[in-house]
Amino acid sequence: MSTDRVRVVVTGLGVTTPLGGDVDSTWSALLAGKSGVRPLTEEWVDSVPVKFAARVAVEPTEVLPRPESRRLDRAEQFALIAARQAWQDAGTPKVAPDRLGVVVGSGIGGITTILNAYDLFKEKGWQRLSPFTVPMLMPNGSAGWIGIEIGATAGVHATVSACATGAESIGYAMEMIRSGRADVVVAGGTEAAIHPLNIASFAAMRAMSTRNDDPQRASRPWDRGRDGFVLGEGAGIIVLESEEHALARGARIYAEAAGVGYSADAHHIAQPEPTGAGIRSAARRVLEDSGLTGEDIRHVNAHATSTPAGDVVETVAIQEIIGDHPIVTATKSMTGHLLGGAGGIESVFTIKALYDRVVPPTVNLDDLDDGVEVDIVQGEPRKLPDGQIAAINNSFGFGGHNVAVAFASV
Amino acid sequence: MAATEQEILAGLGKIINEITGIPESEVTLDKSFVDDLDIDSLSMVEIAVAAQDEFGVEIPDDQLKHLKNVKDVVNFIQN
Repeated sequence: MSTDRVRVVVTGLGVTTPLGGDVDSTWSALLAGKSGVRPLTEEWVDSVPVKFAARVAVEPTEVLPRPESRRLDRAEQFALIAARQAWQDAGTPKVAPDRLGVVVGSGIGGITTILNAYDLFKEKGWQRLSPFTVPMLMPNGSAGWIGIEIGATAGVHATVSACATGAESIGYAMEMIRSGRADVVVAGGTEAAIHPLNIASFAAMRAMSTRNDDPQRASRPWDRGRDGFVLGEGAGIIVLESEEHALARGARIYAEAAGVGYSADAHHIAQPEPTGAGIRSAARRVLEDSGLTGEDIRHVNAHATSTPAGDVVETVAIQEIIGDHPIVTATKSMTGHLLGGAGGIESVFTIKALYDRVVPPTVNLDDLDDGVEVDIVQGEPRKLPDGQIAAINNSFGFGGHNVAVAFASV
Repeated sequence: MAATEQEILAGLGKIINEITGIPESEVTLDKSFVDDLDIDSLSMVEIAVAAQDEFGVEIPDDQLKHLKNVKDVVNFIQN
């Protein structure tokens, strides 16, 4: 809320998630406490120890014309679908191309393209590979396609920070606008990683839930019985805009994108730092960057993936730096974990919570773990107070990345 | 019996529609792939590979770059 720099606002939202093909259907399902997790039916499921995942509710091929979908990796399909929704939702702003940017990343990139193309290559030779294999597998492909579609020439970027990717993209986009490089930036994250090799690899880390007898109850952040995350897929993308630009064109403003806090653990490549020092740093920095106080923050969409290691320490950091008053939720309990897409969809959920003044519940939380003292929404959705309030989306990733993005009501 | 020009054109139209979404009716002999149909070089590779499968005729890369119009491809396949 500093007055001497460009204020950034959110004017468009788009998602495709395991709960719905757009923002409205996803949001209704979240408020109703529905789960997007389903048993996997592919024949390869016998070869992996995890037999469920959260696939998107609407297959992208139902939305995209076939000539388009065949040259896009699945992650790019999700990203384009979400970006088009967000762009429409923002009222298809008229922006000079050199004032328009894109920041859309993915944690893993076109992994299914890589693996399927390698199978095809071994079986039938190089001539049979799609000439679009490289643009399909590159992790910046989604950003590139979106940039072409909307004609963004100010800069098209793709951040990669595992499960912090979506949030980091949004932070980078805010900085593009603040620094004067762009007036409007389309930003978020996408992921399409439901493939037996990925499941096997995460399972080899013992990171995934193996609650095969009850998939919809498998993602249970903060519950004593949690045994790992549930793999999801999809994309969440928002339109960020300088307040001046948004006001000049009379755009609907969902929220102010008030600030971002980054930190790195410098501790372990995949395990969270056990004291939460990096998470606390990101929380302090987002408050500093946004000019908000802990008291202003009334809601946190937590990273909380349902792994034994990470969930509790995040709440301790929230309590210490922000306070025990925010209403905290873990929407991964319903969507599963979208990896690089998580920060995208969860930023959308954080913004919707502020705009609609209601926070979706955390489902499957039957037996709260020791040490969790923040106010977690269980059962029914919870109302947010009227007046000027703010909220934070936390996203952390393998590699030790911590990102906290703050949004404020307008 | 070798395919007729009309049969090849119809088959090619289907392939181009599948790959690019361009209606089959727009794929006529006089059309240029680049100037009229706005087909990029990557899509041309896909079309050539699909045409090879459909008609059993190999189109080498050094030939492909000379096939500018729909008619050029039809003639190449026919001969």
